[in-house]
This record gives sequence, C-alpha cells and structure tokens, in this order.
Amino acid sequence: MADNERKSLGSRITGSMVWTSIFRTPFPTTRSERLKSILNNVFLHLHPAKLSRHAVKLKYTWCMGGLSFYLFIVLTISGILLMFYYRPTVEYAYTDIVDLSEQVPMGIMREIHRWTAHMMVITVLLHMFRVFMTGSYKPPREFNWVVGVLLLTLTLFLSFTGYLLPWDQLAIWAITVGTNMARATPFLGHEGPGAALLAIGDINLVTMSSDVRFALLGGRFVGESALLRFYVLHCVALPFIIMIMMSVHFWRIRRDGNISGPL
Amino acid sequence: MLELIKNTIDFLSQPSISLTMILVAFPFVFPPTEKFDVWHRKLKLHKIWTKQGGLIGLVFITLYFFLGFTDEHFSLILKKPDNVPIIFIIYSVLFFLWLSMYQAYENDKRMAAGEPVAEYYPAKEKVLVWPDLVFIEFIALILMTVFLLIWSIALPAPLEQAANPTLSPNPAKAPWYFLGLQEMLVYFDPWIAGVLFPSLMILGLMAIPYFDRNKEGSGYYSFAQRRKSIFIFLYGWLVLWIFPIVVGTFFRGPNWNFFGPFEEWSVAKVVALSNVNLSDYIWVKMLRIGLPSNPLIRESVGIVFILAYFGVIPIVLARGKLRALLEKLGPIRYGLIVFLALAMMLLPIKMYLRWTLNLKYIIAIPEAFFNI
Repeated sequence: MADNERKSLGSRITGSMVWTSIFRTPFPTTRSERLKSILNNVFLHLHPAKLSRHAVKLKYTWCMGGLSFYLFIVLTISGILLMFYYRPTVEYAYTDIVDLSEQVPMGIMREIHRWTAHMMVITVLLHMFRVFMTGSYKPPREFNWVVGVLLLTLTLFLSFTGYLLPWDQLAIWAITVGTNMARATPFLGHEGPGAALLAIGDINLVTMSSDVRFALLGGRFVGESALLRFYVLHCVALPFIIMIMMSVHFWRIRRDGNISGPL
Repeated sequence: MLELIKNTIDFLSQPSISLTMILVAFPFVFPPTEKFDVWHRKLKLHKIWTKQGGLIGLVFITLYFFLGFTDEHFSLILKKPDNVPIIFIIYSVLFFLWLSMYQAYENDKRMAAGEPVAEYYPAKEKVLVWPDLVFIEFIALILMTVFLLIWSIALPAPLEQAANPTLSPNPAKAPWYFLGLQEMLVYFDPWIAGVLFPSLMILGLMAIPYFDRNKEGSGYYSFAQRRKSIFIFLYGWLVLWIFPIVVGTFFRGPNWNFFGPFEEWSVAKVVALSNVNLSDYIWVKMLRIGLPSNPLIRESVGIVFILAYFGVIPIVLARGKLRALLEKLGPIRYGLIVFLALAMMLLPIKMYLRWTLNLKYIIAIPEAFFNI
C-alpha cells in the first residue's frame, strides 16, 4: 500500500490497464522502445523505424511533403466545421458565409480554411520542385512521381471547386472564367475543334446543353446546380479520390525504399 | 528620382521586355551545356548561388515590394487579400530555387574534388525516427499552425458583393494558380490555352522519369550532372508557370490590358487591337487577291508551317544536333520529347509573332473553332 501512494498521478495513468492497452510501449527511452514506438503506432508507422541521417535534415526535405499532408488534415477538420453552417444553395450560401464572420465571435474558421488552402497549393508545388531538384523521381520511384503529379492536379481542383462556394462576385466570375475554357475542349466542348464532327445527320451531339462544360456545371451557366456540383465535388468526391491517391503515394514511398538518398 | 525608377520598372515589366530578358539570361544563369557554363563562370553568374548572392537577391526583391507597398497604385493590388499568397509564393519559389541551387553547387564542388556529396552518410550511421524525425515534424507542424493562425487573424478572407450573374467585374480573374492559363488566352484560343496546354503540362510532368534516363543525380542536389534536365524543367516551372502567374496577377488590369506595377488601373486605357491573321497577310496584303473561300486553301500556308514545325524539325534535329539523344532513347521517346519541347517553345514563339507582326492566328479556321 505504501508503495502505491508514493506513485505520481502521471505514472498511475500511464501504468493503468486502459493506458497500456492503448499504448503497447511506454514512453520510449531505450533504443528498442524507440524502435517499437514507431512500429506499434498506426500513424507513426507511416515512417520507417530507422532512417539515413540526411533524410531527417530540413535542408534536404524542406518538410514540404509532410506539411502538405498536415495542411490537408487542417483543411479537412476546418472544412467539416464549415459544413455545419454552410448551405450550398443560391439563397443561403452567401449569407451563411457572411454569418461565419459576423455572427461568430472571433470567427476565423473560413480564414483558416482559405489561407490553409492557398498554403497547401504552395507546399505541394514546392514539394514537387524539391523532388525534382534532388532527382528523386528516378527509378525506382518513377511511378510515385506520376502519383504525385496526379495529387498536385487534384489539389488544384480541390482549391478551384472550393473557390465557388462563398458565392460572391469573386467566386462566380473566377469559376466562369475557368469553366468557359471547358467549352473549347476538342470534340467534347461545343466551341471546341472537332465538336461539329460528332453529329448524326444535321443533329449536333455536342451542344451547349450536352458538352463537358454542361456536365461540370449542371447547366449552361454558373448557377444553382453548379454550386451544388462544386460543393459535392469539393467536400466528398475529390477528398475521397485524393485520400486514396495519398495512401498509394505514402505506401509507395515505403515500398520504393523510403526517402531518396545517395547510394 | 523615385519616379524615374518606377517608370523604368513599369517599362521593363512589359511582357515583351521582361520575357526577352528572362529568356536571354536563362541559359547563362542555368547553363544547359559546358559552353554556356564557361560563360556562366566568366560572367560570375555562379555567385548567385552563394550565400552573398542569395542575400543580395533577397534585398532587391524586398526593396521592390517595399517600393510597391508605398506606391498608391501598386499597393492596391498587393494588398488584395487573395494576392498575398502570390507575394508569399514569389519569395518562397525564389528562396527554394536558391536553396536547391546552392546545395547543388556545393555538391558539384565536392564531387569535382572526389569527395562524397553532403547527403552521403555511411550506411551504418542511421538515426531513429523517434525522436530524430518525429520531433522535427512536430515542431514544423506547430510553427505552421502558428503561422496560419496569425495569418487568419490578421487578414480577413476576401468576400465581395453577393454573386450577380448580370454584373461582370473588369477584369474577371481566375484563381491565382490558373492565371498562367488565363494569361496564355491572350495568345491562344481556349482550346489550346485552357485544355491542350494544361493536359500536355500534366502528361509532360508525369513523363519526366520515363524520359530522363540519366542515372546520376538521384537522391542528392546536383547541377553539373543533370544540366539539361534541370534546364528544361526550370524553363517550364519558372517561365511557363510562375512568370505568367505573376504577370496575370500584378500586371493585368481592366480589359486584360497590361499595366506596369506602378501604373494606375484605368478602364480608359486604350490599346489598339490590330491583330491580323497569317492568311490575311498572304492573300490580302501580299498577293492582293482576297481570301479564298475554301478554308483549307486559305490556311494552307499556316498548316504547312505548323506541320513543318512539328514534323520536320524533329527529323532535322535527329540527323544533326540531337542524333546522340535519338540513339540513346529510341525513336518513341525521342519523338515525344521533341514534340513536348516544341510545344513548350510555341508559347514564346506566338508571343513574339504577336508583338512584332501583330499576328493573330497562324491557322485561322473559325468555322471549326480551329485556330492556332
């Protein structure tokens, strides 16, 4: 009994049955515990347990890949919080956004979401730049570079679809400019080269109400259905795809021999 | 004196002049061959990639933005909340360009002296991820969080009037990362600027590891071992991606007209639009017989030009300067590389044709929306 009373509260918690059932290894102090702490944790085991010394240097990695992933998590959390208050309809979208900053004391959730989004585009671009400048796309990592380019594209699309949601002048005209290009898609846009060839007799198959821009907007101009489509793409479809691609990306980093380095 | 500096910067910022300066300087700053490297060192340009060079560059850019923030016209554009990331991206792109080139040059020196690169550690010398990496990541994550919180508190996210489909702003701009594409719309139709070029960019980026078969320079910074591939990538990254974004953000005002950074964005600025198609030049101005009615005959010269550009140049190069490349990579890889390189060159070529000859389209078949 006397022994138990001298134990601190902290060690009682970390020694409890519940705690040890969650964390199999105690706070690591020895070499083998440190190795185990990485292997036994689902989040930390994204990493190998040991790395070459250069791989942990900031001037080599710039930490850009890791930061991109972190910013994605920040965006997911702040995005979920925003979804509680935001309704993607022409009637409510703009006023909901106004309320986020006017009705909430210190309401900066939208700021966090928007600036984090800009930041993520920058970190993903710089991550690509770092990977190129260290020649890390070379075999055996060539396919992971391809996955990375897809992730960059998805990041841009995520940012682009989110741009419409505040439903202000900046949003709808930026999306109008962006999606107007889609009408010139060769064969698939009604003002694209070759679209006129896709016709049965005199009936054009690719028209203003059937081309790729129409599919993207759900209409002939940026309106109610475009807002809903961009909302679903932004909050569900693209995050779903990007999470799958990220899993592949991280998995392949480990499979392709961890981070690149000189042989 | 200040006015003179501002006017000079305004003048130099015009795409025709700034792009020319960048294109001329490019091979000397990032020498793709040994010959250019000799000049690179003669002109002491390798000093850019030293600590002093980086510091001087930093001072110049900061002075530029200081001048901008104190100027009544430029500060309006710089202070737009959505433009703040662009200032940030200019700093970070240039800083990380310097950081990678600095380390590359250090490594090149080491390798020339027969030493291993700075990233090299004996295989036995491994570190444990806990604590050596996990803690670095944790600190980076906290610093980033603090940075984002300060940014979010200090700068409200932009919100303009509620959407109004009947009232278009002038200029209507795409989000900043697509402004490069919007800038290309000045020179190309949407099917090229908005669809074809972006697709080629994505495919070209994906294809890099399959084109670049140089085994050297994997896993460490180096320039001397990878001159050509770094030169081509940086051309795409800086000239075709970052440069048009900067021009599109800072220098394009009402009616998408060019405005120098210190110029007022006036709706009244009139720019003569006197662009002429190649077919007009040939049939109307030179032959004086008027345009033929058949579009294929009308545009025959332009079609021949484009076919020759993409068809003949690769063959000529394969027999001449690029024979070694063809032999090393085989015909398929060689053909794709030269095609993508020619496509990358098409933008500046069209720009210069526009600036010198007021050329609108090389091939103009508006009947089929096929204009190049």
